[in-house]
Amino acid sequence: MTLLSARGLSLRFGAIPALVDVDVDLWQGEVLAIVGESGSGKTTLLNVLSGRVTPDAGHVFYRDPHGLEHDVHAMPSPALRTLHRSDWGFVHQDPRQNLRMNVSAGGNVGERLMARGARHYGNIRAEAIDWLTQVEIDASRVDDLPRTFSGGMLQRLQIARTLVTHPRLVFMDEPTGGLDVSVQARLLDLIRTLVARLGIAAVLVTHDIAVARLLAHRIAVMQRGRIVETGLTDQVLDDPQHAYTQLLVSSVLQA
Amino acid sequence: MTEGYNFAYLDEQTKRMIRRALLKAVAIPGHQVPFGSREMPLPYGWGTGGIQVTASVLGPDDVLKVIDQGADDTTNAVSIRRFFAKTAGVATTTHTAEATVIQTRHRIPEKALRDDQIIVYQVPQPEPLFRLESSRVETRRMHGLADYGLMHVKLYEDVARFGQISIAYDYPVMVNGRYLMSPSPIPAFDNPKMDRMPALQLFGAGREKRIYAIPPWTDVRSLDFDDHPFRAINALEPCGLCGATDAYLDEVVTDDKGGRLFVCSDTDHCAERRDAGHVGKDGVP
Repeated sequence: MTLLSARGLSLRFGAIPALVDVDVDLWQGEVLAIVGESGSGKTTLLNVLSGRVTPDAGHVFYRDPHGLEHDVHAMPSPALRTLHRSDWGFVHQDPRQNLRMNVSAGGNVGERLMARGARHYGNIRAEAIDWLTQVEIDASRVDDLPRTFSGGMLQRLQIARTLVTHPRLVFMDEPTGGLDVSVQARLLDLIRTLVARLGIAAVLVTHDIAVARLLAHRIAVMQRGRIVETGLTDQVLDDPQHAYTQLLVSSVLQA
Repeated sequence: MTEGYNFAYLDEQTKRMIRRALLKAVAIPGHQVPFGSREMPLPYGWGTGGIQVTASVLGPDDVLKVIDQGADDTTNAVSIRRFFAKTAGVATTTHTAEATVIQTRHRIPEKALRDDQIIVYQVPQPEPLFRLESSRVETRRMHGLADYGLMHVKLYEDVARFGQISIAYDYPVMVNGRYLMSPSPIPAFDNPKMDRMPALQLFGAGREKRIYAIPPWTDVRSLDFDDHPFRAINALEPCGLCGATDAYLDEVVTDDKGGRLFVCSDTDHCAERRDAGHVGKDGVP
């Protein structure tokens, strides 16, 4: 059974077709990468799938833990908000968009727990420290403000803050963008380990084929608002069928 | 009563508008109701919200008490009391027990209020989340969805930094288990008095144009953590004049050699105790 499925999504920004009749299926515990050049509609698709932007046409269905299917865009806003702060997570390219920069690292990680009703300081703090350790941030930094953190640490802090409620589904928008190569590699390794261990399903938007190859089980290639090719990651990257995918794969520098 | 004023200064249509807002506020305890705040003959921040609410609930038979930081004899209290004596001709008092309407800034009287009394709070900032979330659109949405995790983040930060919740005044409360509310800048010491209070509690914020209310006998709970429960902070000494140990105390510097005096902030309460023969260590029998 699919966790998230989208049918016939279309969205235009004026004359620009951002999404054209897009279908997406995501199964439990699966990582789906959406790749394509900038302006191809990757981030728009992510925003529509997560209910943050309403499409002109089409539906997104989410299956909750009880097996009930919800039309994401027809949900009442309190329910969608509850979903966003418990079952779902969103990792931005710029961690500053998600983090509270004037609140300590521990407070940032604990916020989702408190929003969900946790009211025991000791437990919240213990869980925050546990998560900081899991994302390889030293536990002694728990009371430091995020502005004293490096770019890679901020991104890891954002991941800890998102995963602390054990979401079933995480949306990631270029999680490694803007980081230098060695930091990227560590972060990718971390994400891969956490996602596999917790059995999280993820929709990952990236323009970096290497990131997709490392993290994703399946891949969807977008061009001008359409999904032009989809399949298992290795299959798509090793034997691309669509002309655009071939171009995309061949343009990656071989190390 | 001075000629030439409508009863209690405000015109009748304005009072109707404010009363409608008050009824709505009482119906939804803790919810901020917008109202058309009028220009009043005193500056914003001096109690324009409270004075409009008082004007709207005052009747000719009411007895008014006005306190400022617990005292009946400070500028703000004296001015507002005289204002209503002049424009409404109502009786005024400094005794809590005799008053039917009490307008207050920064305190709740020590003497327990009764179900035939109304207490009106002057509120500078009605939005409890305003330091944490600058967008009013967003805070309204948070109130609408009862999404108050952010307030607990503030409390978490306090405990992480100071080892305790360090909010000394304007300590946020949950009203009737639903709305997060700013109790106006009363000391946290007074928060427990709001819980299941027999008197009707009305809050007016003139500059921010908001009215809210707590009906009698409503649950008012101060936010806290299970392992860091709410506690009222007060000076450790008894009152220097009346010896009271259960009243909220002001610290008064008496000289430049470190001398200080702790006295009840509620002047009426202190005077009553002294009349009854209680004497503190700095008091005169």
